Amino acid sequence: MEPWEEEESPEVVKRFMYVNRRAPYGTIYALECLEVVLIAAAFDQDVSVVFVDDGVYQLKKNQDTTAIGMKNFSKTYRALDDYDVEKIYVEKESLERRGLTADDLIIPVEVVAAANLREIMAQQDVVISS
Amino acid sequence: MSKMLHLINKSPFDRNALDSCLRLAQAGSSVLLIEDGVYAALSKTTSAEAVGKRMKDLKFYVLGPDVSARGLGDSPLIEGINVVDYGGFVDLVIEHDVAQSWL
Repeated sequence: MEPWEEEESPEVVKRFMYVNRRAPYGTIYALECLEVVLIAAAFDQDVSVVFVDDGVYQLKKNQDTTAIGMKNFSKTYRALDDYDVEKIYVEKESLERRGLTADDLIIPVEVVAAANLREIMAQQDVVISS
Repeated sequence: MSKMLHLINKSPFDRNALDSCLRLAQAGSSVLLIEDGVYAALSKTTSAEAVGKRMKDLKFYVLGPDVSARGLGDSPLIEGINVVDYGGFVDLVIEHDVAQSWL
């Protein structure tokens, strides 16, 4: 084989988890992580997205950023489904501390207790937290 | 004694800025919750009690545009917190002698 010919590598699917822990708008973390997830979704890996702590606020319904002059990116979470990102977990304890339920969120999610989320997290190959 | 306006822009779940402010704010001063600080104005959270305890001797305000941006326009706020707009923010700064930002 000539050096300029690329060897076909066997397809390796890794488990990627993106952990969102920050509220939207106050910092850039939430928007940046969403963009990373959408880009990564193009690479046909096993992707899951997790929302814990103030990260659950990213999914709050009825966001209206007109008066603060920032882009309302909450609707973009709806695109995750189109990108075949279907494993979306929200920690039950984080919701409860904030007086929220799954009904307050802009997309359907799987609400999981910390004890279960711990197991899911432990199965990942790569975990990216923001 | 100068009349102080305390500005909180951090979530009470993420940082202890609000806790420190509530511990150190002199009676009669005001607290304005902005940016991620607006989460502290919600009544159904575990952080609400700390604000409630100082409701009697401090005045609390929250910036409306930051509340709406975060999808909290319909969420119940702690009773007695006043919602202000950007004009109200300016008025508060003018009415107080000192503005302290708890970064």
